[in-house]
Amino acid sequence: MNISYVYGFIGGMLIGAAGVILYWFNGRIMGVSGITSRLLAKPDKDYWWRLAFIFGLVFGGFICKTKFPVTVVINASGFGLIVAGLLVGVGTVIGSGCTSGHGICGMARLSKRSIVATIVFMAAGILTVWIKRVFGV
Amino acid sequence: MSVGLIISGMVNPKKVIGFLDLFGHFDPTLAFVMAGALTITAIGYRLVGNSKPLLSENIDLPKKKEIDSLLILGAAIFGVGWGLAGFCPGPALVGVGLGLQKAIIFVFFMLVGMLLARKFLEQ
Repeated sequence: MNISYVYGFIGGMLIGAAGVILYWFNGRIMGVSGITSRLLAKPDKDYWWRLAFIFGLVFGGFICKTKFPVTVVINASGFGLIVAGLLVGVGTVIGSGCTSGHGICGMARLSKRSIVATIVFMAAGILTVWIKRVFGV
Repeated sequence: MSVGLIISGMVNPKKVIGFLDLFGHFDPTLAFVMAGALTITAIGYRLVGNSKPLLSENIDLPKKKEIDSLLILGAAIFGVGWGLAGFCPGPALVGVGLGLQKAIIFVFFMLVGMLLARKFLEQ
């Protein structure tokens, strides 16, 4: 048992707790892609909590950085990074969700759509990484 | 959520790609993250049930029930992007808070992609 798995599980529980809090307080699914993309639309009555959530997400990173070292290794760069960003942006909007929305919240609700979406994006991700390996990228 | 993403290691694309590297240097951490998250949401959602949200007028959940081509296409496109950089929206935004240039670039283009997709769907 690797310590990383323990941190993973505990961190996961915190993510889950965040989802439950949003559901309990605002009655919404914690899908980060949806929350973010809706901030790009005309402000409606829900704009405030979405903005607050994204602010908290970014600010949380800022605060943690000042408290302890966080390891982040990003091997993608330049063109790959740009394409990745575009694909994630396009894909999450067309697919109505991402790992938090479908993978965690949707699956917790036993949503067929989320289960299928999660299987598809996991498969696509695994295939992409495999192809990168094959081509030595 | 920010703290959870950091502690779990999910803000680190290397760990995420490690999970997607099923046939290479596999790192199962992401599975533990999902297990931890699902444990809490599965129980928490049931405890909250249908009670009125504390700060909203009503619960507002996704209404679509059918599995359509947009869902599958979108998930596939998202998955490829995810596998390329190891970033999905949440961790990338935390990365912005961490002041990481690559995360900032990623988020910028992610927002561009979102805008384009929204325009496309509006047709």
